[in-house]
Amino acid sequence: MNINATLLAQAIMFILFVSFCMKFVWPPIMTALANRQKQIADGLAAADRGKHELELAAKKATQELHTAREKASEIIAQADKRASEIVDEAKGHAKVEGDRIVAGAKAEIDQEVNRAKEGLRQQVATLAVAGAEKILRREIDAKAHSEMLAAIASEL
Amino acid sequence: MASETITSSEYIKHHLQNLTCNLSEAHIHCAHSAEEAKAMGFWALNVDTLLMSFLLGSIFLYFFSRAARAASAGVPNGLVNFVEWVIEFIDGSVRGSFTARNEMVAPLALTIFMWIFLMNLMDLMPIDFVGQVVQLFNPHMFFKIVPTTDPNATFGMSIAVFILVLYYSVKMKGLGGFIGELTLQPFGKFGLPANIFLEGVNLIAKPISLALRLFGNMYAGEMIFILIALMGGAWAGATIGSATLFGSQILLSLGWGIFHILIITLQAFIFMTLTIVYLDMAHQEHH
Repeated sequence: MNINATLLAQAIMFILFVSFCMKFVWPPIMTALANRQKQIADGLAAADRGKHELELAAKKATQELHTAREKASEIIAQADKRASEIVDEAKGHAKVEGDRIVAGAKAEIDQEVNRAKEGLRQQVATLAVAGAEKILRREIDAKAHSEMLAAIASEL
Repeated sequence: MASETITSSEYIKHHLQNLTCNLSEAHIHCAHSAEEAKAMGFWALNVDTLLMSFLLGSIFLYFFSRAARAASAGVPNGLVNFVEWVIEFIDGSVRGSFTARNEMVAPLALTIFMWIFLMNLMDLMPIDFVGQVVQLFNPHMFFKIVPTTDPNATFGMSIAVFILVLYYSVKMKGLGGFIGELTLQPFGKFGLPANIFLEGVNLIAKPISLALRLFGNMYAGEMIFILIALMGGAWAGATIGSATLFGSQILLSLGWGIFHILIITLQAFIFMTLTIVYLDMAHQEHH
């Protein structure tokens, strides 16, 4: 265990090893570690962002659902209202039409009645005149009293 | 196990001897004994220390650079995951104790931690295993597989760290600032000799304590493994005593090995942390 030139050789070897380590070992590994750290940090940040976005989307979806439901009920209410309106309208139309038909029928009936009355009156007048003629044939001068007879006939 | 022909002290010596080969002579020759190794003086190399530390450092860099190539921002696989875990641990330590900005400190800390950890880890190999395999090729060859039990290895690293400390001290504070720090505190300019003495000891203690702490811990741990291994080495036929020693060796080496897992990690961590702290001090304008 005497000191000899091994010491120098060992020192030189040591320096060579250190410089090799400095060039080819340390920097690439530190770079890789730094890159991985960055990658992991980025990944975590992305995950956080995704979570946040998911929350927002869920909130939005509920909101949309809510508005859709509101709109649907509104539409249904409107439809109901419109339906009853249509029914009412139809009812009104039907009533008016009915009234119209009834009025027409009544007018026709009145007309018929008047016509029948007129006919009857003429026949009665003709009968009355004929009866009166038969009764008064001898006494009444047809020529002298025709004026009076016509007046009576029109009165009947 | 030690063969019958060598004594316990020879066994211990054998295990504590590096494979030392000279550089100064014309043909390369490796020492066959501790005395021969000592006689080679400074210009010799502990081939086992260099080979093992180079091998372990290469294994570390091979797996880590493979992970570095495979690393991406996507899902990491097993190796990448492990490497990232280690790197995040080191990065946390550096951020915790290093306040200035320097691109070099974190890779330096990672290299120190992993390399020392792997070198220390060799202490958990069965101590006779590699030595026996090597001796199959050459009976005179020593081979210590734990580079951190060689003070050359630990001082090599601590001196490199010390040079960095000096470099950054001068770079951040200027030469004048650095000399001022050594001479003008803590007692002001009239206590100059005392200042130089205190700050000088403070400065020199850094590399020495770094190297000796690691070396001392690993050397002592290795020594205890050797002593435990001697128990089974005292095998003298199927007697009760031999059987007891053999059983104790298994139990003790298991216990010490498990405890040593803590020590090797802790020593690697301490070396790394102190390096970071020393460099942090070097970067600070005033302390």
